[in-house]
Amino acid sequence: MGTLVVGASQAGLQLAVSLRDAGDTAPITLVGEEVYAPYQRPPLSKDYLSGDADIAQLCLRTPEFLAERDISLMTGVRVEELELFEGGPQGSARTTQGQTLEFDRLALTVGARPRRLEAPGADLDGVSYLRTAEDATLLRQLQSDAQSVVVIGGGFIGLEAAAVARAQGKTVTVVEAADRLIGRAVAPAVSEFYRAAHTRRGVDVRLDARVTRLSGKNNRLQVVELSDGSWIPADLAIVGIGVVPRTKLARQLDLLCDNGIVVDRYARTSNPLVVAAGDCTVQPHPLTGREQVRLESVQNAISQAKTAAATLAGASEPNVAVPWFWSNQYDLRLQIAGLSRGHDRFVIRGEIAKECFSVLYYRDETLLAVDAVNAPGDYMAVRKALSQGATITADAAADNAVPLRELIMPQKIGA
Amino acid sequence: MPKVVYITTDGTSRIIDAQVGESVMAAAVRNGVPGIIGECGGNCSCATCHVYVDDEFVAGTGAAGDMEDDLLDLGVADRRNTSRLSCQIRLTEDLDGLTVCIPEDQ
Repeated sequence: MGTLVVGASQAGLQLAVSLRDAGDTAPITLVGEEVYAPYQRPPLSKDYLSGDADIAQLCLRTPEFLAERDISLMTGVRVEELELFEGGPQGSARTTQGQTLEFDRLALTVGARPRRLEAPGADLDGVSYLRTAEDATLLRQLQSDAQSVVVIGGGFIGLEAAAVARAQGKTVTVVEAADRLIGRAVAPAVSEFYRAAHTRRGVDVRLDARVTRLSGKNNRLQVVELSDGSWIPADLAIVGIGVVPRTKLARQLDLLCDNGIVVDRYARTSNPLVVAAGDCTVQPHPLTGREQVRLESVQNAISQAKTAAATLAGASEPNVAVPWFWSNQYDLRLQIAGLSRGHDRFVIRGEIAKECFSVLYYRDETLLAVDAVNAPGDYMAVRKALSQGATITADAAADNAVPLRELIMPQKIGA
Repeated sequence: MPKVVYITTDGTSRIIDAQVGESVMAAAVRNGVPGIIGECGGNCSCATCHVYVDDEFVAGTGAAGDMEDDLLDLGVADRRNTSRLSCQIRLTEDLDGLTVCIPEDQ
């Protein structure tokens, strides 16, 4: 009995630890289907893929720490069915191994799975995905033998993987279906910067290009064919076309799902006795509370897990943290604070040509977000302003001569 | 294996056997040293692994880089001369016994 946390992810681990920090003494069981104890995912497409880190270094907490905090970790165990007794919070979980785990309270931190490529030949050997440590380990091996790598999908995962492959001297092509890179997360000016930056480093970036077929011999990938009729020799394809939140278990409990498990600011699902956190959720925008957003980031996994733990512990601590995010590609360090969606104006600071700049986004003159490339001062200044409910006016930000930190000012009342 | 001594705000110390090559932040987080968070995993993006390096080790750990400098300036509550982001201090055998104090707030 006690609390069952399904998903031994960054969010799941944080939830368990935060529950202990809140003084909860009931048993906590953290169940995960992967064989590894909870680990950091972001380096999988960066340092781990390039061989600069091993799995042990990615491990988030030692077994001794978990034992000391009385958190039971079950790895290699997949929860197949969930049931609540009379609406909860008590219930039981059944694993694929046939075990039954009873619980007093339930938390879902089940994450997301990579969207699968739907094209003929997508199941050939040499077509790989990148989400788990197992995926990354396989990819690392495949990549060491590969000459020609085709990255399908020009989002963060794809571009980070492309950067690693290019740094290893591979021939690299990025194929993106939309008319710009990282379209869901950054504004067109930043997309264009990344297209040019990858091109300068020798990557062949194809926009508005769809994969129509993958083909090969003896079940091994050799060629990627595109919608414009062109074809690219490839001995490795890395598919990074987004993720699909895992909602199967939530649906078994009749929890409301809409492109993710719907939660409120307190990480409560549509059954307020059950909480959820991390990539599997959609939640009210942490800063505005208005629209529903799905945030796929470490920052959100941690922040929302803390909120969920507080809710289970009987406190009310809404998730109102400023979202932030980072991506490393080559020597380019992108740092994002806030959410730029819905902006109606942007201001560029610094010099795009020198690969050191930032873009501040506004809506109705309200500061929304920053994308900073090799400009950590600008990133931190905006993050600080947003977290204080302060602002930096667009007109002031346009003056490169003044550091942003000197331009932070309280928000006008009513603004 | 270099040892790292973490002194928390209440004056208690935790001694961790760290690995050469890992960061002062990573060793702390994996072992659950309270007060060092390291949300970004060592990417110089969150400023939640701030420490004060003991005077004796300041020369050995070196100065903050440009990126770290910006984060320290804007991201930490009480920056001092000995402030570092512990994710940017990589452990070597020479740093055996490294002592850092953890600030009250991250």
